[in-house]
Amino acid sequence: MAVAEQTQSIEEQRSWEGSLDQLRGLVSERAITGETMLLNMGPHHPSTHGVLRLLLELDGEQIVSCLPDIGFLHTGIEKSLEDKSYEKALPLTDRMDYLSPMSNNMAYAAAVEKLLDLDVPERGQIIRVVCLELARCASHLVWLGTHAIDMGAMSVLLYAFRERERILGMFEMLSGQRMMSSYIRPGGVWRDVPDDFLPTIKQFLDDFPYKVDDYEALLTKNPIWKDRAQGVGVIEPDVALAYGMTGPALRGSGVNWDLRKAQPYCGYETYDFNVPLGEHGDVYDRYLIRIHEFRESMKILNQAVSRLETVKGPYRSQNHKYCPPLRSELGQSMEAVIHHFKLWTYGYDAPDEEIYSAIESPRGEIGCYIHGTGGNKPRRVHFKTPSFIHISALPVVAKGYLLADMVAIIGSVDIVLGDCDR
Amino acid sequence: MGVSSKLGNLGIVTTTVEQAVNHARVGAMWPLLFGLACCAIEYMSSQASSYDLSRFGMELNRATPRQADLLIVSGRLTRKMAPVVRQLYDQMAEPKWVISMGDCASCGGVYNNYAIVQGVDEIIPVDVYVAGCPPRPEQLLHGILTLHEKVKGERIADWA
Amino acid sequence: MEFPAARDPVSALRDVFGEALLHVKEFRGETTIVVDAERTAEVLDFLRVTSGLVYNMLSDVSAVDYFPNDYGDAFDGEESDFRPERFGVSYHILSMLYNRRLRVKAFAAAEDPRLPTATVVWPAANWLEREIADMMGIVFEGHADQRRLLMPEDWYGHPHRRDYPLGKETVAFSFNVDEIHQHKPFARD
Ligand code: SF4
Repeated sequence: MAVAEQTQSIEEQRSWEGSLDQLRGLVSERAITGETMLLNMGPHHPSTHGVLRLLLELDGEQIVSCLPDIGFLHTGIEKSLEDKSYEKALPLTDRMDYLSPMSNNMAYAAAVEKLLDLDVPERGQIIRVVCLELARCASHLVWLGTHAIDMGAMSVLLYAFRERERILGMFEMLSGQRMMSSYIRPGGVWRDVPDDFLPTIKQFLDDFPYKVDDYEALLTKNPIWKDRAQGVGVIEPDVALAYGMTGPALRGSGVNWDLRKAQPYCGYETYDFNVPLGEHGDVYDRYLIRIHEFRESMKILNQAVSRLETVKGPYRSQNHKYCPPLRSELGQSMEAVIHHFKLWTYGYDAPDEEIYSAIESPRGEIGCYIHGTGGNKPRRVHFKTPSFIHISALPVVAKGYLLADMVAIIGSVDIVLGDCDR
Repeated sequence: MGVSSKLGNLGIVTTTVEQAVNHARVGAMWPLLFGLACCAIEYMSSQASSYDLSRFGMELNRATPRQADLLIVSGRLTRKMAPVVRQLYDQMAEPKWVISMGDCASCGGVYNNYAIVQGVDEIIPVDVYVAGCPPRPEQLLHGILTLHEKVKGERIADWA
Repeated sequence: MEFPAARDPVSALRDVFGEALLHVKEFRGETTIVVDAERTAEVLDFLRVTSGLVYNMLSDVSAVDYFPNDYGDAFDGEESDFRPERFGVSYHILSMLYNRRLRVKAFAAAEDPRLPTATVVWPAANWLEREIADMMGIVFEGHADQRRLLMPEDWYGHPHRRDYPLGKETVAFSFNVDEIHQHKPFARD
């Protein structure tokens, strides 16, 4: 084949990548004439935290415009959920935001509970709070490690993952799985905490604050870290609100909005904790906020663990139309057998109505919209995920900064592509 | 060792070319720094302090496929991502191996739907499958050791 | 700081928009307001800027498909039955000041579904609407960027519609294993 033909056939094969003409109107005219440079970053790039693709328009080192391209991890979770009964759909939700699967479980469980008007006993709520805060720590630890490694501080990752292993060990104790635990279910949690859980978590709570001090010693006053983080990626509060950002990205800009305080769930209103706020809205402030969130989570965990010792009782709803009876009851009660059989074969019916409920995940508000059919499968489940929103705001945040700052910005808004693409 | 017993300890070891080359390949098999989804987090765990992949000469993750020997497909592969992975595989220099990590990469896993490629073996040849959702780091290590065994058993004729 | 007292969004909307307010529904403490599809952007803008309402944040935009026949003439006065068209698009908006949520819903026809875009009110709607355009095939008029968001550019169809197949792969048995292995050229190596 002649070279020309060959190149042409390659061109044809690659037509899905899009030609320059399609970019007209999305990048500036200078890019089309070749004055500025178009640079493709990702989907395989070590610093994009997954399979995010960014098309950057650069003037020298400066970012003129940024076009994120997502969908490389679009898994069709929402569609798959339509094909499963409410209880069986739960394991799929784990795999959206894979750094904090517990929060996804919680978002979904809270939505189903709202749809069914299901109660959750107090002990169940406390166990949930323990899980959610542990998940927050685990997620922030991954964020800390990868964010630091992006900015050139290699050793933090090793320290952060050391502690994360301990949290994962606790999750394994609770649910039998390190990451995809599917532990929080509609109506409560899967089972009670095992006996050796309390000593383990107490030990962890004793050690962990000192470990957080260690991380701070590595980074907070580090001049290189400060140089790279301060004054970079500033998000103005009104921009953050207009783009619907939530979580640390919003609180970094000084907006006091935390769903745990504002619209409490799981009894968060009864715990004593603060919501850390930033001032400048830059990368450094978002870093500080997450470090403080470690400490606030510790506060909540300490309270929750002491309650766990005193509050006894059922850990999931006693409404056996929606929650399975204890296994020990199966041998004695015919009714329990019937409930059990019905639940694991058919599931339960939910009203033909729509609801939206939101919780505060480590990344921000994760909302779940469920529309029932009146049958045992939902008509539509939609997740509003924080990473999706945050990536959509990247073009505004990144504009005007240098290319090297891009990885700092991506790291600091803490995106998870599974969360974004679903 | 025939030679050394006759001539004294000269520090000579005899072996075959196959064994020497395979030993070198196994001892420094650099993976591609590449993660797709949740399994990539467990892959990071196995890189990090507790499991420490560098014991197997794999502490260096190459970010460019040209320098990598091992592609660990860690996670679910979507139809949109499939051409990219195939291109990465094509860009890797021989000899190259592929580990398919996790249920999703091996067979589609829990996602039997329109968006997911039902197993990376639809697009690239796979040497070792590691089951689990996600596989524990120990499972991944076992998969890697299995691959090492496989590589050690390769013959010159296989190299082509 | 003094804030104006909170107003009831339903009565406020009735005063201004009157006929465009088609239906109001309460379920589990959530208010849903169905509005005329043509005027969604106006309504949203009104809800955002009017004092006493200030729904300043767009939480989510989600679409639902009432296929195959749960829509159309079924309205018999029951609360949940108000489904004049096939597609429903819900804007979940949040007022941080008064700490409450509201759902504004609009319906789009089965053939050539169209709605005005809300990107003029909130830039946050940009990707949320693009996602719906991609997955549900609802065109948002006036939206600046009409490319697909999640699926590849050359994808055919809109996966989240109810009439789009889930795309399951058949289970391999010994009688059909050859057929399945045909599209897995490397599986047997
Ligand atoms: S196998 Fe499980 S953990 Fe791994 S990518 Fe698939 S869903 Fe995620």
